[in-house]
Amino acid sequence: MADFVMPSLGADMASATLVKWHVKPGDTVKRGQVVAEVDTDKGIIDIECFVNGEIEKLVAEPGAKIPVGSVMAVIKTSEAMPAAVSSPASSTPAVEAPVAAPETPHIHASPLARKIAAELHVDLQPLIGHGTGPGGLIDREDVEHAAETATAPAARIRISPFARRRAAELNVDIASLRGSGPGGAIEAADVERAAKPVVAKTGDSMRRAIAAAMAKSKREIPHYYLQTRIDMSVMLAWLQAENQKRSIKDRLLPVVPLLRALAKALRDVPQLNGFWIDGEHRVSDAIHLGFAIAMKGGGLVAPALHDVDKKSCDELMTDLRDLIPRARSGRLRSSEMTDATITITSLGDLGVETVFGVIYPPQVAIVGLGKIMEQPWAKDGMLGVHSVMTASLAADHRATDGHLGAQFLEALNRHLQTPDQP
Amino acid sequence: MTEDELKNIIFSGLRQVAPESEPATLRPDQNIRETLDIDSFDFLSFLIALNEKLGVEIPEADYGKLSTLEAMLGYLAPKVAA
Repeated sequence: MADFVMPSLGADMASATLVKWHVKPGDTVKRGQVVAEVDTDKGIIDIECFVNGEIEKLVAEPGAKIPVGSVMAVIKTSEAMPAAVSSPASSTPAVEAPVAAPETPHIHASPLARKIAAELHVDLQPLIGHGTGPGGLIDREDVEHAAETATAPAARIRISPFARRRAAELNVDIASLRGSGPGGAIEAADVERAAKPVVAKTGDSMRRAIAAAMAKSKREIPHYYLQTRIDMSVMLAWLQAENQKRSIKDRLLPVVPLLRALAKALRDVPQLNGFWIDGEHRVSDAIHLGFAIAMKGGGLVAPALHDVDKKSCDELMTDLRDLIPRARSGRLRSSEMTDATITITSLGDLGVETVFGVIYPPQVAIVGLGKIMEQPWAKDGMLGVHSVMTASLAADHRATDGHLGAQFLEALNRHLQTPDQP
Repeated sequence: MTEDELKNIIFSGLRQVAPESEPATLRPDQNIRETLDIDSFDFLSFLIALNEKLGVEIPEADYGKLSTLEAMLGYLAPKVAA
């Protein structure tokens, strides 16, 4: 038997709301299989199973807000619990606790009420404090009442089919809308207006999550910073030749060979690839690059690109094409939220020359890539104009020293001069 | 294909990669990527969409000729007509 607990999907996560189960008792599950969807500050995340086995019991009900580490299901398995369950981030609960406390009120509801709430898709969260049972217990009647008030008005809402579809896409509750169309009918514009505050709210909770993680980083991690300018001419010439051979949909972005070079440099200097946990430096064998992706409405996520050192440029481009839209629409997998062993932030698109990152705990380093720009460059006693990029490293001085950081940036430079090497 | 039809295809491609923006408000000489905050990944996705809808191959060396709406129309119109 193994308890399937709510994983920590980042140093900044205290809890998540279970949206739905993809499995039921009796189902066989495999490691890596998506078993549930949870709603977090960073959007909907697909939670993956960490053992092979059979679902014995589902403990958590859809709609419930579940603190990190709480049991969600019981799995029948002969396997030992892998270390992966306590993902690096989840081993830092002490700091999360203060954040968690106000956000995870216990739902005091009867088992029957929970069952009916799940069936009727009633969120128990808003009913906290409004239970009419003994001691404020949320009982069956409360849930049924909530279900009625939620669905009754919806039946006679006048709304255009397009607006209804937009409402579904934007997750807008049409019952709360006042229509501005003929006869008070709800139009798409009404839905879109109503959707805006929702977006802002998600942004707010993401903002709080980033605030918690970054404050923890700057409070605890003694950062040191290095930067170097790298001649990108060879890499860009290689990329241009590659892209000339390709149709537009197969073309590579400059970030792809950059990611490959970063992975190779981490193989040379593995100490920067890993974590600082419980006063101890833990180097990771696998190289999973957390790739910082800006969200359109503000905020960011840095999901992991797995095993970058083992992938070809085409595989990495395919991964990015899959990952970036999912990150922006809030559809990441739990392994992507927890597995990153180092973070890469690239602000070059905005014309920024240098970016010094803030380490995402418990990682021990973050690499910043600036814009590739034409600059005067002296080589072999000659002054010429080259495409140059400033790469920076912010690293945890508890885990490594500047000398090692310098070796890493030099390795990155070296690999960018030989982009054709496997 | 008329210029308006071409414009509509461009706008719908831009809306896909920058859903919160309104490309129709772009001035002809405004830098599209800067104005709509489109990064290199989104821009490539946009070009792939244009390629699918118009059948026009856009070599990487020509990306710079697509920075404004005016430039984009000027670049694409003859290729679509051909």
